[in-house]
Amino acid sequence: MKSAFNRSVLAGAVILAVIFLIGLSAPFLGTRDPSEIDPISRNKRPGAVRILTGADGHQHSTTYWMGTDSLGRDIYSRVLYGARVSMLIGISVALISIAAGLVIGLLAGYIRWLDGFVMRIMDGLMAVPAILLAIALVSLSAAGLRAVILAIVIPEVPRVVRLVRSVVLSIREEPYVEAAVALGARTVPLIVRHVLPNAVAPLIVQATYVCASAIVIEAILSFLGVGIPPQTPTWGNIMAEGRSLFRVFPHNILFPGIFLAATVLAVNIMGDGLRDSLDPRLRNRL
Amino acid sequence: MLGYIVRRIIATIPVVTVVAILAFLLLRLTGGDPAAIIAGDSATTQQVAEIRMKLGLERPLVEQFVIWIGRIARGDFGESFFFKKTVAELIRDRLEPTAALAVCTMLLAVSIAVPLGVVAAVWRGTWIDRLVMGCCVLGFSVPVFVIGYALIYLFAIELAWLPVQGYQRISEGFGGFLERLMLPSVTLAVIYIALIARITRTSVLEVMGADHVRTARAKGLGAITILMRHVLRNAAVPIVTVIGLGVALLIGGVVVTESVYGIPGLGRLTVDAVLARDYPTVQAIILLFSLIYVMINLFVDLTYTFLDPRIRY
Repeated sequence: MKSAFNRSVLAGAVILAVIFLIGLSAPFLGTRDPSEIDPISRNKRPGAVRILTGADGHQHSTTYWMGTDSLGRDIYSRVLYGARVSMLIGISVALISIAAGLVIGLLAGYIRWLDGFVMRIMDGLMAVPAILLAIALVSLSAAGLRAVILAIVIPEVPRVVRLVRSVVLSIREEPYVEAAVALGARTVPLIVRHVLPNAVAPLIVQATYVCASAIVIEAILSFLGVGIPPQTPTWGNIMAEGRSLFRVFPHNILFPGIFLAATVLAVNIMGDGLRDSLDPRLRNRL
Repeated sequence: MLGYIVRRIIATIPVVTVVAILAFLLLRLTGGDPAAIIAGDSATTQQVAEIRMKLGLERPLVEQFVIWIGRIARGDFGESFFFKKTVAELIRDRLEPTAALAVCTMLLAVSIAVPLGVVAAVWRGTWIDRLVMGCCVLGFSVPVFVIGYALIYLFAIELAWLPVQGYQRISEGFGGFLERLMLPSVTLAVIYIALIARITRTSVLEVMGADHVRTARAKGLGAITILMRHVLRNAAVPIVTVIGLGVALLIGGVVVTESVYGIPGLGRLTVDAVLARDYPTVQAIILLFSLIYVMINLFVDLTYTFLDPRIRY
């Protein structure tokens, strides 16, 4: 086994750490209130400088590094704050999906009568394309962070369930597990001692892919106008806002697009690296 | 072989049933009165009562499901109160752009991705391989609407080679139809190409290491013959599988791409229907897309028997 921290894992992790820090320290990076509407500075191009003269004759200048949108909101501030939402969605969806998938997968793999029933439901869920299912699910309740997270988790869970179940099924036939059963080991300690350690590596790899796909789906939902409410700065929302004036002011789409692509790329690179180093058997998978 | 085909077809029944139940439950999960939701905000009490009668909402849930599925089997998807049309009509109107986009994307993706994957496998470990695989990771990561806008900016605005947005029906002239379909298809194809090229490389590599290929080489067969007759034929099953599974990505991508390019297809309809809380339409679209996905994968499974005669359980 190669070191878990091979080059691609490191590269991905560094990019992610930078974006994570940018999101975390957004208030200290020269940003303004990302929701502040300023009718005078609408549709400024990147790099535009605005000089305000106060009542006392004191001059104060603001530079719009990434321009402003059609409401005069500062794109630089919105993009930086947008990193928070994407990180939050990516991490929480990955954690929730893995936890839910682990529980359901273990149950399905262990309790034989439940297996067929659960897996048919999972097959059905997987037959609905993920984005379509997420779009339909967000329509059920008022749009908000929690609804969006849930709508992205549900299409991801079946993939995790399948993975966990396949690990359980293959481990269950191993002689050492049969031996443990024959010696009277109880189910729960058996799962913790023998099944879980075998599931950890593929689950970590799976978590990175879930994270990447969650970030993309959230951006797509926001972009289509069915996700997180438009005043919240998310990369998808910034791009949705910039759509109508794209021909004249492409920067509204360009900057959040670059950040979004870089983040997803970093997660995927890290996932591929982890897969290669943690579990060589998975290398031939997608 | 007939047994395998029959069994494979029967296996799709539970999947389709679960999807139907999901689509049916969608409306009940909203928490409101389904009849009032379907009727929309401007409906009169009488209209709501009529819908309640038609859907059989006083009856048990199972019975309601049977009534609903019975209607759908007869092609009656209900009425869209938002679009003032029957859902079936609505879908029929929107079918052509989506079908054209999907077919065009599929042809484009397969004809680019397979050679790309083969090239990467043949020159594995070289800069060509690394370049192709790097592009695949990139293609997999850049979201479809970012690609869309980048392409519009480059080819439609800066270079002005192609129209920015819109769709032209095939009956209004093939040239304009193709011209407007070009950018959306390329946009949508990127992720699909990445997916197929990657699996093509992996499975070609696997087969190239096999004994029969070494034998073929030892026999003195030319590289092209070996590749076409002995490698690709054996590598075909995983490639075809991933083409089938990738249809899910394609359908998701259609929704986004149509919004980016202003194509009046089923994807755009999905978003409009969700924004308008037009549930009968959303239900019909989910059913339709899922059914297409399941059928394509059924078809893919059945082609295995021709690609690989060993798979005839």
